[in-house]
Amino acid sequence: MDGLSMSQQEFLAKEKLHKKQVSICRVMILVLLLALWELCARLHIIDSFIFSSPVRIWNCFLEMAGDGSIFLHIGVTLFETLVSFFLVIAAGVLAAIALWGSRSLSEILEPYLVMLNSLPKSALAPLLIVWMGNNMRTIIVAAVSVAVFGSILTLHTGFMQTDPDKIRLIQSLGGTKRDVLTKVLIPSSVPLIISNMKVNVGLCLVGVIIGEFLSAKAGLGYLIIYASQVFPCEYILTETHRAFKGSGSILPPKHP
Amino acid sequence: MKTKLEVRNLCYSYHTLEGETQALLNISFDVRDGEFFAVVGPSGCGKSTLLSLLCGIIGPEEGSILVDGIPRQESHAAIGYMLQRDHLFEWRSILSNVALGLEIQNRYDEEAKKELLKMLDTYGLSRFQNARPGQLSGGMRQRAALIRTLALKPDILLLDEPFSALDYQTRLEVCDDISTIIRTQNKTAVLITHDLSEAISVADRVLVLSSRPARVKSIMEVSFGPEFDRPLARRNAPEFSAYFNELWKELKTDE
Repeated sequence: MDGLSMSQQEFLAKEKLHKKQVSICRVMILVLLLALWELCARLHIIDSFIFSSPVRIWNCFLEMAGDGSIFLHIGVTLFETLVSFFLVIAAGVLAAIALWGSRSLSEILEPYLVMLNSLPKSALAPLLIVWMGNNMRTIIVAAVSVAVFGSILTLHTGFMQTDPDKIRLIQSLGGTKRDVLTKVLIPSSVPLIISNMKVNVGLCLVGVIIGEFLSAKAGLGYLIIYASQVFPCEYILTETHRAFKGSGSILPPKHP
Repeated sequence: MKTKLEVRNLCYSYHTLEGETQALLNISFDVRDGEFFAVVGPSGCGKSTLLSLLCGIIGPEEGSILVDGIPRQESHAAIGYMLQRDHLFEWRSILSNVALGLEIQNRYDEEAKKELLKMLDTYGLSRFQNARPGQLSGGMRQRAALIRTLALKPDILLLDEPFSALDYQTRLEVCDDISTIIRTQNKTAVLITHDLSEAISVADRVLVLSSRPARVKSIMEVSFGPEFDRPLARRNAPEFSAYFNELWKELKTDE
């Protein structure tokens, strides 16, 4: 450290303090929010039955982890997400290259792509079940359909922005369109493809959950829909139970 | 001296939906073997179009380009093209960048690699053969781009303002550097530039183009004594400013 000047040391110390503050604040926010939630639930400021509480969620998780069911559901969803993610990347890159390769093709297909991309895919999901049955294939197709069209459009736009001078360079060296593709387009598009992948992994998860809402025997989406369907029953049962037990019923008696 | 490149009544227009823009009108000139030929003209006059035609990236609408007496399209003569910017690919090492042309033409083998390494050594880049382009200075990058072009052993070199992207000091040095390399290799070169002093400092003859559509205004012979053999030395020659004024006048007058 003796090689550093006083001002440099001061600067480094300041930077270190800043970084420390940032990470402490980050953790603090999470802890505070969880504590506030728990506190409100304990003090009955919010109804812990509807809003739950961190401790309840943790217990529920432990319970599901105990019988291993949560890992099955996470695993199924993860698998479906990854499969659809790779399909989207492969289909997206190949289709975008095809569109880049042929001006006519891209101009012909453009309105269809925009339309397909803006189509609400969750509305399409029930149809997919009818067409392909209640299975994992349906879920993967649903997830792919959510992400693939946007991916093609983004990649195609990126491909079209390849520096025309770099294409000229390849041509001046005697290269063909294929050389442009392999030597310039693909290598220069790696950052674009990676950023597109980041968007797609989220979209695929959304697609998988939508698919699992409608047709699944396992997975996180299935779990959510299962819980939300069971929840009102329990709620009603408990309410009814309370109504019977309490003398001051909240429901007016129908039969006098 | 033998004629290397013949351009006869060359015409070229760009077509858009809005209409037709004539870029070149009836251009004719000859370039001798081993000559350094410069083309100057006002910006946007169609200089780069001329090079694209000479390179064969686009074909002429009218007129003809002959290399060694054979039409450009049928000729097997190798023509090297250096663009305004070096366009070294950041995802390739310097060695792999200079091998790009050979790779595209499927001529990259062990022997070619040895030759490339020798060239990198000659031009002071051997230390950087595994470096990325980003680690090189502007001048070194331009030299790497020249090696990429020379690797294909071109008979004719086309230079499209290859120094214009550099800062002034580097530009003088690189211009000196590169034109000396081209001269020692005895290549025929066509340099396009808008910098008059650059044209005078490197060329044997300077062709002046008019504004768009480009026509040949005149061709000026430039000759200096043997002691002014390098571009930087030429700039100090007593004739330099006289040539400059003549060229400037030629460029300014409207016919």
